[in-house]
Amino acid sequence: MDNLNNLSIQDEPVASPASEPRKQKKKKVLLMGKSGSGKSSMRSIIFSNYVAKDTRRLGATIDVDLSHVKFLGNLTLNLWDCGGQDAFMENYLNQQRQHVFSNVGVLIYVFDIESRDFDRDLLTYRSIVQALAQFSPTASVYLLIHKMDLIPPVQREDLYNHRVSIVRSKSATFDPTPFATSIWDQSLYKAWAEIIHDLVPNLDQIEKHLGSLGKMIMAEEVLLFERSSFLVVSSWCSKEIFTGDKDNPAQNPTYDRNERLSNIIKNFKQSTSRYTGTPKSAEQFSVFELKMPNFCMFIVKFTTNTYLGVVLPPGEERFNAAMENCYIARKEFEDLDSPAKKSADRGATSESLETA
Amino acid sequence: MPVLHTGRRRTKLDRSYNGPPRQGPVRHISPAQLNLERVYEQNRINIQKKDATKAPEPAPGPAAKGKPRLLLMGQRRSGKSSISSVVFHKMPPNETLFLESTARIQKDSMHSFMDFQVWDLPGQLDFMDPSFDLDAIFCEIGALIWVIDAQDDYIEAINRLNSTILNLQPSYQNVNIEVFIHKVDGLSDDYKLDIQRDIMQRIQDELSDHGVENAPITFHLTSIYNHSIFEAFSKVIQKLIPHLATLEALLNDLCRSCRFEKAYLFDVLSKIYIATDSSPVDMPSYEICSDYIDVIVDVSEIYGWERPKEYIEFLEGPPWNKKLDDQVACKNAESVIVLTDMKRPIMLREVNQYLALVAIMCEGSHEKMPSVTMNVEATVTGLSEVFEITKHRK
Repeated sequence: MDNLNNLSIQDEPVASPASEPRKQKKKKVLLMGKSGSGKSSMRSIIFSNYVAKDTRRLGATIDVDLSHVKFLGNLTLNLWDCGGQDAFMENYLNQQRQHVFSNVGVLIYVFDIESRDFDRDLLTYRSIVQALAQFSPTASVYLLIHKMDLIPPVQREDLYNHRVSIVRSKSATFDPTPFATSIWDQSLYKAWAEIIHDLVPNLDQIEKHLGSLGKMIMAEEVLLFERSSFLVVSSWCSKEIFTGDKDNPAQNPTYDRNERLSNIIKNFKQSTSRYTGTPKSAEQFSVFELKMPNFCMFIVKFTTNTYLGVVLPPGEERFNAAMENCYIARKEFEDLDSPAKKSADRGATSESLETA
Repeated sequence: MPVLHTGRRRTKLDRSYNGPPRQGPVRHISPAQLNLERVYEQNRINIQKKDATKAPEPAPGPAAKGKPRLLLMGQRRSGKSSISSVVFHKMPPNETLFLESTARIQKDSMHSFMDFQVWDLPGQLDFMDPSFDLDAIFCEIGALIWVIDAQDDYIEAINRLNSTILNLQPSYQNVNIEVFIHKVDGLSDDYKLDIQRDIMQRIQDELSDHGVENAPITFHLTSIYNHSIFEAFSKVIQKLIPHLATLEALLNDLCRSCRFEKAYLFDVLSKIYIATDSSPVDMPSYEICSDYIDVIVDVSEIYGWERPKEYIEFLEGPPWNKKLDDQVACKNAESVIVLTDMKRPIMLREVNQYLALVAIMCEGSHEKMPSVTMNVEATVTGLSEVFEITKHRK
């Protein structure tokens, strides 16, 4: 408890000592990196519905900003946004070493590509990784090489690869997954969608069901979005878009479409929230339908925590049938979303977590 | 190809109409010639006057003549080029900081539901110079847009505007003069209105001193950082549209029969609305509708890829055994989104390759979508007919 007093606790206070052991069970997500590298900015964009330019208002994070982000039912992210100033870093590595680095599920380390002193960043990174190896050797590590928009496009790839290879060599026993990100485009969504994707517990099942649903309704693509962040948690692509070559089905050439869609919808949510005067985090729409001559698509409110997006070939009958089928499938997914969820009560969910 | 389908937007400057600049001392004219021209000019005015009294047509002149011209004028650095870049070339507002000052007349022609030209005139040009070919500039004019920087000292701008109006008034009476009181973002509402009142007062005083009453001047408060500039342009363009009344009547009927809160007919490229129903226009509803068009354009850009031939054959095969075209109900884009708040749907329907109808529907009417779709279909047919008629006139 002593250490806890040091932390500025924001979202959900670690209330009573009684709840302490339960909290301990939740895996931590540590967000770390040098001061000013953009940790809080990205957190605000992904989880608090900020737009990129709103992040100019953010000040420096003092110590640790704790937040609990509820995701798909039984996945609650226990997100630790760690202030990156040297004094704090020192503190995490020494006095609070065990407190910070024990029971970590994921470490997300942010490198500022424009950093003038990359060697020092590396040193810090190395000590962080060492501490992590000591207390949570099973954690997974993600590297975000951030602020890529500041680098001229031609140099981006080389510089990124160069940085990643250096950082990789300093990562001790971990095998970090690298991403190039920027808050000004969809790359940030890609990185976070993949991080979240790896964290969802019953993902195999969800993906399997998504696939069979997609086949049944003859969709081209099925996407599952998380409700508030609109990240694509899981997606399925049809293998029946025939070309001459049977083994090689055609694919939508826009490879970053999921992130772009997340981005488009999040931006539109900003507009709707301005229009309706409801808070940005609130749910903004329940159905979206689009019928074009060459494709159809709909996005519907699906389970408590998700939206379902479906891309279909054109055709009125197909569209309506698919929509009806998705509503029927809803119940099945509701169970997957939060297994022990009889009442929407939060306590019940946590209970089930414990037994799981 | 329709814009909505390909997701293609106008990004580059459309330079096809940049003819040789008509400025500077190109014409050397003797005083005698000048005199001749004056006589000719006066004759022309007389004829024009007679015409005006003889035939008060419902849709006067400019639009029928082909390409109405919008002239952007004003002091230098008042924001003319920024306006045309933001509205017609989709430049993000904060990038306009880097625009160079315009040295010659910048002509852009917009191919849309109605072809029109936008001429960006450098602020330092002096039109009252006798060597200047006024006729060449003002002959096909649809509207004169005078941009005033509200955050600057605007006395000089007003003086120039007044002298321009006084000079134009005799020869071009039915030119609409639109004053954009620009850069009003960041000013408080009270202050904005004060400025507007002050500017209006000064212009009217000056004009009535010179015996010009009831000149067709309209005032707009604008900024490129929000939708106000699009709204102002919408109003300017609407005056140039023949049969605007018919379009509006159609939209009114639609709104009444489907209980729509608000309906806009948008030009997809520029996001200018060219007609709306008679209920008052409010900024938020305009914004949401225009943002919704963005969503549709962006989404169709992602998913509107060319499907392989074999796949389409498969889709047309059993069990449907129908051409894909026959499987769809409507060949144009259709979309609807239901907002959670008050369950209001917003619907979008493509009218033709340039235009889209966007409407905010009333609470909980999503269940009635099929009948709404039918009514919309009828309205769209009506709208297309109206545009067809205008085309024949040319």
